[in-house]
Amino acid sequence: MNDRHLVDPDNGVISREIFVSDEVFDEELERIFARTWLFLGHESQIPTTGDFFNSRMGTESVLLTRDTDGEIHALLNSCRHRGMKVCRYDEGNTHDFVCPYHGWSYSTDGTLVATAGELFGVPHYRAGYGGNLDRSQWGLVPTAQLVNHHGLIFATWDPEAPPFDTYIGGFRHWLDNLAASTAGERGRVKVFRGVQKWRIRSNWKFVSENFLGDNYHGPTSHSSVDAVGIGPGGKHAATRHGDNKRPRSVASTSFPDLGHGGVTTAGYAWGYPSFAEPEIDAFFQRRWRQRLERLEAEGRPIGAFGPSTLFPSMSLHAGGFPRALIVAHPVGPTETEVWRWYLIDDDLPAEVESWLRHWYLRYSGPAGLVEQDDMENWDYATEASTGTIARRYPYNYQLGLHMATPSEDLDDAVESSYFMTEENARNYYRRWSSLMSSTSWAEIEERTGRR
Amino acid sequence: MSEQRLAELLLKEEIVEFLHHEADLLDERRFDEWLDLLEDDLEYAMPMRLNVRHDEANRETTRPGDEVCWFDEGKSTLAKRVEQIQTGQHWAEEPASRVSHLVSNVRIRSVDPDPFEPAEVEVGCRFLVYRNRVAAETDLWVGRRTDVLRATPDGWRLRRRHLLLDQNVLLAKNLTVLF
Repeated sequence: MNDRHLVDPDNGVISREIFVSDEVFDEELERIFARTWLFLGHESQIPTTGDFFNSRMGTESVLLTRDTDGEIHALLNSCRHRGMKVCRYDEGNTHDFVCPYHGWSYSTDGTLVATAGELFGVPHYRAGYGGNLDRSQWGLVPTAQLVNHHGLIFATWDPEAPPFDTYIGGFRHWLDNLAASTAGERGRVKVFRGVQKWRIRSNWKFVSENFLGDNYHGPTSHSSVDAVGIGPGGKHAATRHGDNKRPRSVASTSFPDLGHGGVTTAGYAWGYPSFAEPEIDAFFQRRWRQRLERLEAEGRPIGAFGPSTLFPSMSLHAGGFPRALIVAHPVGPTETEVWRWYLIDDDLPAEVESWLRHWYLRYSGPAGLVEQDDMENWDYATEASTGTIARRYPYNYQLGLHMATPSEDLDDAVESSYFMTEENARNYYRRWSSLMSSTSWAEIEERTGRR
Repeated sequence: MSEQRLAELLLKEEIVEFLHHEADLLDERRFDEWLDLLEDDLEYAMPMRLNVRHDEANRETTRPGDEVCWFDEGKSTLAKRVEQIQTGQHWAEEPASRVSHLVSNVRIRSVDPDPFEPAEVEVGCRFLVYRNRVAAETDLWVGRRTDVLRATPDGWRLRRRHLLLDQNVLLAKNLTVLF
């Protein structure tokens, strides 16, 4: 499909078709979700051998497992015989997944099989198949590539997909912040048990766009929560984040060839909020100083903070608060299953951990005072875009058009000159268009000159 | 009928009346009056429900106080929710949804110290909350609930509410309804 006529980032015009059309949606599953790097979970969810977490890539169920050697794998949760889900638990511990239909079983025990997920047990193997079934060819389908990025697990179905480091580019600093403690130590976070999952009647891209760099929606969408004030209650109690006032000159960052984006630059961070409780306030002011010292010593940029999105569908609050990530799993053009993980330093005092958990839950997720209003907007924007007449009129993405300049910190990024911009969205849809109109990664890379 | 039995029946009638009154306040959007029924040390939680193996039933429900829940909060956060609705700019409830709270299967589980002079009562019930929003949008939340009610000079007050929603993936876009 040539979707170039649907998406015109240079002029800031994007057709509603890409948010409501069945045809475009089916193409997205093929050309985006079957090809790009997707987030599956955090290693702290499967800490010991045999642990599994039932995750998802695109529309499909994928088991994140840890084998007997401690290696992490991602396996398509569908029996190779008749397709039944071999696991319908959300999490647990096992080395064999036994299909409840005809009894084929798959193992992650390295002493029994050569590769994790290989077919192991086949009822009536000798008498029924004459021992001729080649079990090594009928294992659970593994992802083509998988990486553990400081505890964050990503995978792709496409063996031709660029290496993960190339795929993320300069956005690595945002992911590093997500995976680092509030004192800046890499990989020193864990997730709270329990992934919130809920269904919304929105196109999945509304979720990504929201976190990618849409500072524009905040004052309107979230006016009620700003009026009420649910933040940490320190010096800036009235806001939802409790942040120091963010200077309007702080630019957003986006990656024209990669599609990722975030609301700050790599070089700027606004610091931690001020808390009403003096001991918590002191704790995080100390952590902030430790973070600055560590990052400076390691030559890492101090910014790459706040809401951001890794193309195509993983959004995160990189550093700062609340520390959470959200994945928009496509269900249909106008339906999405949203998953939210909540992260925290792995060494917090119990009272600080408890305080943060309460804040996270009143901020984010379907019951979060902030997030509730986002879903209302995404759902009704989607619904009101399905009509025959509505579909004739494209969305406007002209905020900050022609106002971007090359990043001062990153060679593959641009920055906007005003904190409210749709430059990030325009670059996201450049990437979307590039994937949708290409038959292979080689073609995409030829176009962008990146490998 | 023994005096004990009679006291139990009267107490149950009183508790059911309280639960129905509370549902009326919520459905008639008399949220400030509803907040007045909450004790300051209220514990209000709706954990999440996971699919786990039959021999891991202790992991089926996430733990309030420790793990991720749909709700795990106290009166101050519930008061913020009410205040947010009342701003008139809480778009997820503006215009207001039509909501009905149905409470059934009410059973008194324990009475402290006794039904003659009850100070605290633990009561179990089923809840069914129906929401209709804007035009054709409809949600249904059903599950089990355990409440702890405390007797005060002003009447019964809610001390604890634990809601077990019978859903794994939440089949609603948000939870702007007070349960």
